[in-house]
Amino acid sequence: MSQAIQFLLNNEEISLEKFDPNLTVLQYLREIRYQSGSKEGCASGDCGACTVVIAELSGNSSLNSKSLNYKSVNACISFIGSLHGKQLITIEHLKPANSINNKLHQVQQAFVDNHASQCGFCTPGFVMSSFALLKQKAKQKEQQNSKKNQDVSKQEVAHALAGNLCRCTGYKSIVAAAMEITNCDEIDDFTKNEQQTIAALQTINLTASIKVTTDNNQYFAPKSADELAQLLIEHPQATLVAGGTDLALSVTQQAKSIAQLVYLGNVAELNQLSQSKEQLVIGAAVPYSKFTYLLAKPFPELATMIARIGSMQIRNLGTLGGNVGNASPIGDMPPALIALSASLTLQKGQSKRKIAVEDYFKDYKVTDLAESEFIRNITIPKLNENQQLKVYKISKRLDDDISAVLAALCIELSPQIKNVDGSANNKQQVKSIKIAFGGMAEIPKRALLCEQALQGKVWQQSTIDAAKQVLHQDFQPMSDVRASSEYRMMVAQNLLQKCFIELNNDSLVLNKQQIIATQVVDHA
Amino acid sequence: MRNLIDVVKQKNSHNLNAVGANKKHESAAQHVSGSAIYIDDRNELQGQLHAAVGKSTYAHAKITAIDLSAVRAAKGVVAVITVNDVPGQIDIGPVFKGDPVLAPIGEQGVVEYVGQPIFAVAATSYDLAKKAIQLAKIEYQELTPVLTVKEALAQQNFVRPPFSMQRGDAKSAIDNASHQLQGEISLGGQEHFYLEGQVSSVEPTEDGGMLVYSSSQHPSEVQKLVAEVLAIPLNKVVVDTRRMGGGFGGKETNAAPWACIAALLAHTCNKPVKMRLSRVDDMEMTGKRHPFENNYHIGFDNNGLIKGANITVNGNCGFSPDLSDAIVDRAMFHSDNAYYLDQALVTGNRCKTNTVSHTAYRGFGGPQGMMTIEMAMDDIARYLGKDPLEIRKLNLYKENEGSQQRNTTHYHQKVEHNNLAEIIDQLEQSSDYQQRRQQINEFNQHNLILKKGLALTPVKFGISFTVQHLNQAGALVHIYTDGTIHLNHGGTEMGQGLFTKVAQIVAEEFQVSSDTVGVSATRTDKVPNTSPTAASSGTDLNGKAAKNAAKTIKKRLIDFAVDHFSITAEQVKFVNNQVQLGDKQLSFAEFVQLAYMNRVSLSATGFYKTPKIHFDRATAKGRPFFYFANGAAVSEVIIDTLTGEYKLLRTDILQDVGTSLNPAIDIGQIEGGFVQGLGWLTTEELLWNDKGRLLSNNPATYKIPAITDIPADFRIELLKNDPNREQTIYNSKAVGEPPFMLAMSVWSALRDAISSISGYKISPQLDTPATPERILFAVMAVQQQLSRKC
Repeated sequence: MSQAIQFLLNNEEISLEKFDPNLTVLQYLREIRYQSGSKEGCASGDCGACTVVIAELSGNSSLNSKSLNYKSVNACISFIGSLHGKQLITIEHLKPANSINNKLHQVQQAFVDNHASQCGFCTPGFVMSSFALLKQKAKQKEQQNSKKNQDVSKQEVAHALAGNLCRCTGYKSIVAAAMEITNCDEIDDFTKNEQQTIAALQTINLTASIKVTTDNNQYFAPKSADELAQLLIEHPQATLVAGGTDLALSVTQQAKSIAQLVYLGNVAELNQLSQSKEQLVIGAAVPYSKFTYLLAKPFPELATMIARIGSMQIRNLGTLGGNVGNASPIGDMPPALIALSASLTLQKGQSKRKIAVEDYFKDYKVTDLAESEFIRNITIPKLNENQQLKVYKISKRLDDDISAVLAALCIELSPQIKNVDGSANNKQQVKSIKIAFGGMAEIPKRALLCEQALQGKVWQQSTIDAAKQVLHQDFQPMSDVRASSEYRMMVAQNLLQKCFIELNNDSLVLNKQQIIATQVVDHA
Repeated sequence: MRNLIDVVKQKNSHNLNAVGANKKHESAAQHVSGSAIYIDDRNELQGQLHAAVGKSTYAHAKITAIDLSAVRAAKGVVAVITVNDVPGQIDIGPVFKGDPVLAPIGEQGVVEYVGQPIFAVAATSYDLAKKAIQLAKIEYQELTPVLTVKEALAQQNFVRPPFSMQRGDAKSAIDNASHQLQGEISLGGQEHFYLEGQVSSVEPTEDGGMLVYSSSQHPSEVQKLVAEVLAIPLNKVVVDTRRMGGGFGGKETNAAPWACIAALLAHTCNKPVKMRLSRVDDMEMTGKRHPFENNYHIGFDNNGLIKGANITVNGNCGFSPDLSDAIVDRAMFHSDNAYYLDQALVTGNRCKTNTVSHTAYRGFGGPQGMMTIEMAMDDIARYLGKDPLEIRKLNLYKENEGSQQRNTTHYHQKVEHNNLAEIIDQLEQSSDYQQRRQQINEFNQHNLILKKGLALTPVKFGISFTVQHLNQAGALVHIYTDGTIHLNHGGTEMGQGLFTKVAQIVAEEFQVSSDTVGVSATRTDKVPNTSPTAASSGTDLNGKAAKNAAKTIKKRLIDFAVDHFSITAEQVKFVNNQVQLGDKQLSFAEFVQLAYMNRVSLSATGFYKTPKIHFDRATAKGRPFFYFANGAAVSEVIIDTLTGEYKLLRTDILQDVGTSLNPAIDIGQIEGGFVQGLGWLTTEELLWNDKGRLLSNNPATYKIPAITDIPADFRIELLKNDPNREQTIYNSKAVGEPPFMLAMSVWSALRDAISSISGYKISPQLDTPATPERILFAVMAVQQQLSRKC
C-alpha cells in the first residue's frame, strides 16, 4: 500500500502525499506550480484551453514497456490522482531545453508560421492537441518502419482538434498549422529522452495500491477487482471515478468536495479488453480511445459515431463503464448497447451477476446497481451475418455536442431472393428488430411498440409508416435546451425512414442501381 | 545618461516588415509557448485575495430579506460587501444611468435579471470565495418579469425612446408600387464566448488610489468608473491592459463591473483583489448580442426594384440602456445593407426585458439590421421567380443614373466609392456562381432527401463610431538611444493584431525594421482619455495617432539634421534602417544618438480625430460614417430534409480592405469574423426559460463553431488595387466587424436549399439561429404549403 502518488512533471519526479483528491490537474499546475501556460476557459472539458499531454507506458505489462503512448486530455477535469505512474507534459515543456535563440518546438513554429494565433488564449491547448497528434504520427511511422514522416490529413486534424475551441481565427490557419507539424525532421526532446522517461516511470511502484488520507478526504486507487469490491463494502458511500469527465463537473462547476474517491484506472480487471467470435468484452474503465478500434469491424457505424462523442481529450479519459454507470438519458452508448443486446457484469463483494444493459436503467439517473456494487465490464455480442446496426446521432453541432436524439437500430431482414437479372423476387421481412433511443425519455429506452409494428412484417414503406406512428406511444420526449419535444419526435420518426432508405440502398448497391443519398454528416 | 549604449550596427535591410508586410502577430511566440500573460496568469501578490459575487436567482423581484452572516463566517472569507459599502457613485451605466454596481437592497431592494450581482466576497482563495457565496440567505418577493420583445412592445417598455430615420414617403411609395411584400424575422442573440472570461486584478496604491489590471476594451472607462465608485479623482486610478483573450465587444462596457467590484473589495480590505468570472457566471452575468425581432413592408416593381420600404427593428436590450441606443441606431443605419431603399422609413425600438443588459458585439446591431433586408431580397426573388442574386444586384446603390438619385441612404449620407457591383461581379465569376447554380438545380432534381443551396450576399458596413466624440485617439512614441522605439497608444489588443499593425505603421514612418518597435500594455497613465477599441476603428484611429507622434519626432530629427549637417530637408532620407544625410549615411541608431547628444527631444505624443463625420439625431440626417467597408460572400450548403442537419460545403469571400496594412492579419480577421457570424446564424442558440433563467449557460449547451463546422472549401481574397479614397491610414480599410456579416450568405443558402423543395416558389420562414431543428421545421412548413396547394 502506497500513501502517495508519483508522476513525472516533464522530467521532474513528483511525489504527492496528503493531497486533496478533488484537486484537478489544472489547479495543480496553475495554483500550486505557478505554471500558467495551460488556461482555464470553461473548467468543464468543453473548450480545450487547458489541454495537456499525458505520456504513459504502452502495452499490457508496463514493466516491459518499450514505448510511450501520448494522449491529450483536459487538465481542468482530470483529478490529480490519475497522474500516478504517468508523465505530464504541458505547454511550458515544449521548447527545446537547451535551445539557443529561444527556439520553438516544431509544433509551436508551425502555429507561428501560419498565423494560427490571434488572442492566443486557446493556443496552448491547440498546440498540445497537435503535439499529441505529432506523437501518434511518429508512432505510426515507427510501426510502419518508415523513414518518411507521415503526412497529416485534414481528417486527422479535425479528429485531434475538434475538442479545442477558438473564437478568433475561424480555424483555417490552425488546420494549416496542424497539417505542417510533421514537415520537420528534427527529433524533439521527448523522443530523445524517451528511454529515460520510460525508465523513470518504471521506477514508480505501479503494483502497489494507493490510499491517501487527509483531514477531509480519502483517495483510493485499488489494483484489483477484489480489492475494489472489498473497499466498496467498507466504504459504501465512496464515489467511483474512471475518466472523471462527468464527475469532475460536480467539483469544478458546483464547488462540491467529494469525501471518498476511488480511482478505477489501475484496477486490472476493469481495464481489460477481450474478444471472441461471439462477443466483445470491454472493461468498464477502458477509455474510448483504447477500445473503439475493436468496434470498427463488427460495428462500423458505431465506431464512426464514437468519433463524435465528446472530443479526443474526452475520449482519452471517458469510459464505457462511466457512460453506462452515470445513467444519463443522453449518453450516446447505452442506446447502441441496448440495441445490440449487450450486458453488464456487476460485482459486489465476491459475487458477480449479469444484467442486460436495457434492464440496468430504472428511472432518471436511477439504476439497478446495488450498494457497494460496481460495473466490471460490458459484453457486446457480435451480429449474425444478416443483422445490421444503424446508429444516428442528432445534435446542433457536429462535433463534441450532446445528442438531441440518438437512435440505434439492430435489424435483421430475411434474405433477398434474386431473379436471374439481379432484381428482387421477394419482399423482405423483418426477422428481428431492436430499436433504442437516447434523448427521448428519462432513460435510454427501447421503442417496444415500434419494434412490434415492425417485427415479422414486410419491409416496405407502409410498415415504416405504421412504425413511425406508434413512436408517439413509445415516447413523450421533453423540450429542453437541445431540442423541442416536437423536433425530437419528428426526427426520431424520420430516422426510421432514413434507416429504411439506407437499408434498401444497400440492396440497390448490390444491383448497381442508383442509390438515394441520405447523409450530409457522418452519423455513422 | 553619462554614457551612450554601444550601437549594434543595424542591418541595411530591405525587408522591414513594415506596412503591407505579413508580419507575424507581435505575441505569436509567446502565445504558442504559454508565456503570454493574461490577467489570471499574473503572479500572486502578497496578501492576494480572490473575489466572487452572489447573484440574483430571480428575473424580477423585491429583495425582502438578506442574511449574509454565514457568508461572513465562512472559511477564508475576509470581506463581504453590498451596495451599502460603496463609498462613491453606485450607478456604473456607461452612457445612461441604470446599472447599479451591486443591486439595491433594503426598502428599495430590487433585482431585474437572473444573475444580477447582489453582494461580493473577498476570500483567501478562488475556491473558498465560490463556496462562501453559496451560504447567503436571500428572500425575494417575485414581481412579474417582462421576458420577450412582444411583451415589451405591448407595454411600451423601453430602455430608451423609439427613433426613426426617414427619407421621402415610404407609405405611399409602397402602396403605389406594383407589388408589396411583408415579412418578419426573429434573430437570436449571441454569447461572446471570448476564451478568456472577464477578469480584473486590483491593487491599492499608497495614495489611496488603485492600480487596475483589467481585461478591457475600454481602459479609460474602467478608470472613470473605478474612480467614481470609490469617490476618488481619476488621477489616482491607473488601468493597465496588456492583452485580452478575446473581446468581440463583450469587454467594451462589460469589463468594468468586475474591476469596480474588485476595487471596492480592495478598498475595503486594503489588499490586492482578483475577480474573475467562471464560465457559467460569465455567461449568466454579462450582456450578449441583442436578440432582435424585425419586420419589413416593401413595395417593388416588376423587375424587383424596391420603391419603398418600411422597416422596424426591435432590439431586446435587457434591463438597462448600456449601449443599446447606439446599437439599435446601428441596426437602423444598416437596415439598407447595400441597397437603395428609395422612399424609406426605418424605426428602431429599444425594448426593456428582465434579462442581463445586452451589449456590444462585433457588428454592434449592424448584422441584425442587415438580416431584414437580406430576407426581403430572397422573398422578392421567390415572388418574382428570379435568382436572388439578380434582385440583389438590381437594388445596389449606384452612382446617379440620369436624374434618378440612387446613392443616398435613408439617413441622407451619400454612398461614395461604391465598389460593390464590381466586387459582386468578380466573386460571381471566381466562384463559378452561375455554373454551380445549374449543377445545384440538377442535384436537387435528382435527390429526394438531400438538397443543396447557394447564395451570394454583399455587406456594406459603415466605419466610425456613430457617437462623434469617440472618433479620436492618442499615441505616445519614444525613441531610445539604441535606436529602439517604444510605442503606446489608446487601442487595446484582443487578438486582432492592432499592436502589430500600429508597430508596422511607426516602423514605416522611420523606415526601420518593425521588430525595433516595441509595443506595450495600454495604460491610462500613458495615453489618457481614450475611446474603446471598438467599431472596427482601432487601427484607423490609433494608427493615425501613432503616425502623427512619429511624424512629430521625425520632423524634429530632420530639422536637427538640416541644421547640424547644413543640408536641405529633402537631403534627409530614412531608408532601410539607415538615415541618408546628404552624402553621409548613419544607421538609424547612430543618428538617434547624435540627435540625443544635441539635445533633441525623442519622445512625442500624437493625436487624431476622424474628419468629415457628423450626424444630427434630431433630424436623423448626416454623415455618421467616414467610409464604408464592403465585401461579399458566396456559400453553398447541403441540407438533410429528414433531420434538418446541414453542412457548409464551400464559401468564397472577396473583401475590400483598401490597401492592406498586413494581409495575413486581415485575412485572419475575415476568416474569424465569418466563422463567428456562421455560429451566430446556425448553431449558437441562447435559450431562457419562462422564469428568465438562461438555460444555455455553458459550452455543453451553447455551441460555438468547432473546427469541423467551417466550410469544407474556404477561399478568401482581398480586393486588389482599390485603395480607400478617404485619407485613412495608408488608405487601408477597417476589417474587424465587416466580415462577420458575410455569414448571411450561409443563412440565405440554407433558405435557398429549403426553397428548392417548392421549385423555388416558396420563400421559407427561417428564424435564427438556423439549427437543424429550425431547418427541419422550415422544410416541413414548405412541404405542408405545397400539399395545401395541390
